[in-house]
Amino acid sequence: MSSIKIRSKREGGKTQIRALISHPMETGRSRDPKTNQLIPAHHIQELIVSHNGKVVANGQLGASISKDPYFAFVLKGGEPGDKIRIEWSDNLGNTDSEEHEIK
Amino acid sequence: MTATRRSFIKKTLTAGAGALASTLGWLTSLKALAAWQAENFKQGPLDDALKRLFNDQKITDSQAIAIRIPTIAENGAVVPITVSSTLPDVRAVSILVAKNPAPLAARFELSPELDTFVSARLKMAETSEVIAVAETGSGLYAARQVVKVTIGGCGG
Repeated sequence: MSSIKIRSKREGGKTQIRALISHPMETGRSRDPKTNQLIPAHHIQELIVSHNGKVVANGQLGASISKDPYFAFVLKGGEPGDKIRIEWSDNLGNTDSEEHEIK
Repeated sequence: MTATRRSFIKKTLTAGAGALASTLGWLTSLKALAAWQAENFKQGPLDDALKRLFNDQKITDSQAIAIRIPTIAENGAVVPITVSSTLPDVRAVSILVAKNPAPLAARFELSPELDTFVSARLKMAETSEVIAVAETGSGLYAARQVVKVTIGGCGG
């Protein structure tokens, strides 16, 4: 089960790409309410969106992005069958990716 | 037979060296990325963050950048934002929250295949100005919007 959900919608010659990623996005500044210990920073640092193998967006993210981040982009064009791939990597070295086909 | 074996060994060695080189390249780019991250997502005031990102280049306020964000956010942990622009030749969009401990929230490099359009959700520690900076071929342009936060998003 991938941590990434991708949706796309073609409209007026463009394709809207939306992605929802499940990730804690801990800043390293908040405390565990039970133990009062600082929760170590754990957040996505890099987000890459590719369209048919070509990188179209490259995001550098900080901890100011909300938990379970949501992103949307608008692709000029986009045809049914085109592949959208989204991958992320976080500060602890975890990565995940997901591929989606435009309908 | 020997020749094949020889060439096989040769090929393996070259391939191995190639793989090693590409791994090294990948590692250096990772290191560069890590350095960029450490530098730009540092905690500190907004002016410092802007200076680190854009090296004192002039930032012009522009009506051609639209920030869609609630002016009052009930929950600072999740503030939806959409930045779009009609400026030509936009290469990257950065989103900063002035009063967050680390002001830079994200920077997106966008290829020409994409419209200048990015949606995300921000954490906001307190009532603050949100700034979107577009890096274009002809300079830096920014738009600002104050968002009133009733419950902070950090350490809630």
